[in-house]
Amino acid sequence: MASGTELTHAAPTAGEYIAHHLTFLNNSGEMQANLIDFGLYNVDTLFYSIVLGLLTVFLLHRAAAKATSGVPGRFQAAVEILVEMVADQAKGMIHSEESRRFVAPLALTVFVWIFFMNAMDLLPVDLLPRIWEGVYAAAGHDPHHAYMRVVPTADINATMGMSIAVLLLCLYYNVKIKGAGGWFHELISAPFGNHILLAPFNFAMNVIEFLAKTVSHGMRLFGNMFAGELIFMLIALMGGAWTGMNAPSILLAAGHFVAGLSWAIFHILVITLQAFIFMMLTLVYIGQAHDGH
Amino acid sequence: MNLNATLIIQLVVFLSFVWFTKNFVWPPIVKALDERAKKVADGLAAADKAKADLANAEKRSMEELRSARESAAELRAGAEKQAGKLVEDARAEANRIIAAAREAATTEAGAAAQKAKDALRDQVAALAVAGAERILRREINAQTHADLLSNLKQELS
Repeated sequence: MASGTELTHAAPTAGEYIAHHLTFLNNSGEMQANLIDFGLYNVDTLFYSIVLGLLTVFLLHRAAAKATSGVPGRFQAAVEILVEMVADQAKGMIHSEESRRFVAPLALTVFVWIFFMNAMDLLPVDLLPRIWEGVYAAAGHDPHHAYMRVVPTADINATMGMSIAVLLLCLYYNVKIKGAGGWFHELISAPFGNHILLAPFNFAMNVIEFLAKTVSHGMRLFGNMFAGELIFMLIALMGGAWTGMNAPSILLAAGHFVAGLSWAIFHILVITLQAFIFMMLTLVYIGQAHDGH
Repeated sequence: MNLNATLIIQLVVFLSFVWFTKNFVWPPIVKALDERAKKVADGLAAADKAKADLANAEKRSMEELRSARESAAELRAGAEKQAGKLVEDARAEANRIIAAAREAATTEAGAAAQKAKDALRDQVAALAVAGAERILRREINAQTHADLLSNLKQELS
């Protein structure tokens, strides 16, 4: 959130600065032109999410490898608190012991991984992009095309990818628990009632429900993190307007400091809460797949 | 917010991390937690049991002490009673012995007196016979009689 030096040499306008920061680095090297283009993938999102995911499983695995039933160390105790929390929540939502063996670890992964990805928001917005810009320029490329977004959860592809994975799991558990026939019967008989004339409406309603759950699941996380990141960028603009030791610049820099500090502190809550909400909704949706209407 | 293949890659990445966590993270941690919970439960149960045992032992020792005290008191009372009885018996025995001794002494003294009397009577008789013999052997004169009689008198006294 703290960088006033971004704009000094190239001096882009505020709009250009924001637009640059909101552009993903994809495999074409250019800004994505079409709304949907499955020929492209976002290198930055994948890089940071995979690195953070590896960090997640590395930390969790370290705790798991050293876990003993004796007196736990602080790190082990912290991981155990997380595991207990997730296990309790899973127990409340999913009444199948066998499913919990898969879904509870899933919820733990979701929570810790998303927390780490969200926490990238707390890094100064220009820190990693500036480093990347330097590397990109040093490699002989045009620094204006050195795009980089460091918060993977502010990429709708990442969040929707996860929510679609959850949808697939819901479909899987629906079939597994109720059987293909039982589930199909539920699709055409609930929520309006079991009647041949109502079947199309029931089915449409269920399809809409699945779509709405999945889209809102992914969009909620994306929206929160995107907005948070955008506000950090707007705050960074205040310090970015530095023109020398004059009253407006000093006032703006002070505003940058105060706003950045308070937004970052508030954001600690947001990133934790959003990770928790994503995890809880994952459990709720998979739990619903276990319950008949 | 453009959609692209990141979505599909992210989906696969996500499920891979979940697979890893499910197989290599969750089971050991949960196992350790369950084991610790069992250990703690066992420890608490053992502590409760030890506490109960202690209370029991205290109760038992109090009971033992009380019964020991009671039996000691009983013993003492019995001993006192027996001692009293012994003293009483001894006294009665002593009285009996004294009475018997007294009676024996009295009897003996009576017998001795009787014996002495008998002996005396015999002697008197003998003397009388002797005196009579002497009188018969010689002529009795007054003088001689007087001597004899005085002699007899002396011997009798």
